Amino acid sequence: MYAQMVKSTGDAVKSREEMSDDERHFQDKVDANIKVEPRDWMPDDYRKTLIRQIGQHAHSEIVGQLPEGNWITRAPTLERKAILLAKVQDEAGHGLYLYCAAETLGVTRDDLTEKLLSGRMKYSSIFNYPTLTWADMGAVGWLVDGAAIMNQVPLQRTSYGPYSRAMVRICKEESFHQRQGYAIMMKMAQGSAAQRKMAQDALNRMWYPSLMMFGPSDKDSVHSAQSMAWKIKINTNDELRQKFVNETVPQAEYLGLTIPDENLKFNEETGNYDFSQPDWDEFFEVLKGNGPCNTDRLNARRKAWDDGAWVREGLLAHAEKRAAAKVAAE
Amino acid sequence: MKKEWPLWEVFIRGQHGLNHRHVGSLHAPDAETAILNARDVYTRRNEGLSIWVVEARHISASAPGDKGPLFEPSESKVYRHPTFYDIPKDVGHM
Ligand SMILES: [Fe+2]
Ligand SMILES: [Fe+2]
Repeated sequence: MYAQMVKSTGDAVKSREEMSDDERHFQDKVDANIKVEPRDWMPDDYRKTLIRQIGQHAHSEIVGQLPEGNWITRAPTLERKAILLAKVQDEAGHGLYLYCAAETLGVTRDDLTEKLLSGRMKYSSIFNYPTLTWADMGAVGWLVDGAAIMNQVPLQRTSYGPYSRAMVRICKEESFHQRQGYAIMMKMAQGSAAQRKMAQDALNRMWYPSLMMFGPSDKDSVHSAQSMAWKIKINTNDELRQKFVNETVPQAEYLGLTIPDENLKFNEETGNYDFSQPDWDEFFEVLKGNGPCNTDRLNARRKAWDDGAWVREGLLAHAEKRAAAKVAAE
Repeated sequence: MKKEWPLWEVFIRGQHGLNHRHVGSLHAPDAETAILNARDVYTRRNEGLSIWVVEARHISASAPGDKGPLFEPSESKVYRHPTFYDIPKDVGHM
């Protein structure tokens, strides 16, 4: 998802007998749906896992601005441009809400940024794919934000208070993102033959990377089991992926577009669509840094960080100077 | 390591005359910039008519461990609530 393959440390979920008093009390609280707040006692691994997960989620929001930002100056109308600009600005906001939530766990913003820029922290694989045509703005809103919503809606109930509150804010804003994307797809699917082709091409390229967003199957993963016990993960990757496919297929049908999967078929028995898995080798390559845009994305973030240094330092120096003058005057 | 901009807590008063409410935090070099940033980060959809910012280090908070001594005393005082009192229907609205 926006946070993929987050590892919680430890080899197995502890039984109640193996837990310390603090741990047992903590787990009881989580089980009773009482939120954990920054200054409450929490297991070290809970803190570490959450920093990784929230940090990765925040990085995804920030890096996720790049593929869409790519089209702001080339939007086909002024209205589309204003919409896209507002959408990308929202993603900046999402990143900021999440960084603040991570900071309540004792990391600094600079530390998180530094880890992203040095490649020690990841962001979602999806943002390493290019956005080649305007139809990609439709497909990204519809599919990528659609997939993000699948994951973020349940996370509103996550056990960590600041994370949960950030998710509530984010979810309020996401629905606009998906709808504006679908609206672009509708326009193009109902347009000229060339526009329909462009829409189909965008769907073809974005479909499997969108399915990858949920991460590989984790039904047997110890990390997932621990995260689920802590309620920092609410559903398995497979559950969310299935739900996404079930919701998306009729939306594609309405557009008159074809999902690029010969095995896609409604299964009367399960009530779900059967579908093909994405190429997981490709996914791991992208995570390793070998996707089509990994280098571009990180370079863009590094350049923004470096180019902004004089602003950050200058404004701070100015603020300190004024504060000192104010103290002197008093 | 360079110094970070300080952390500010942001409070917003919405449309309907309610109190300022904590909405989140952000980094800014000074109070004026914090208000401008808060406008961009927390009021993109008409959420507010007024913004307060306060540097996080100036906030004092009760300790989680004091929850009992601080808040338990009010749990047993049911007579502080109007529903504690039975008023006959005949009396009319009260
Ligand atoms: Fe977002
Ligand atoms: Fe979004």
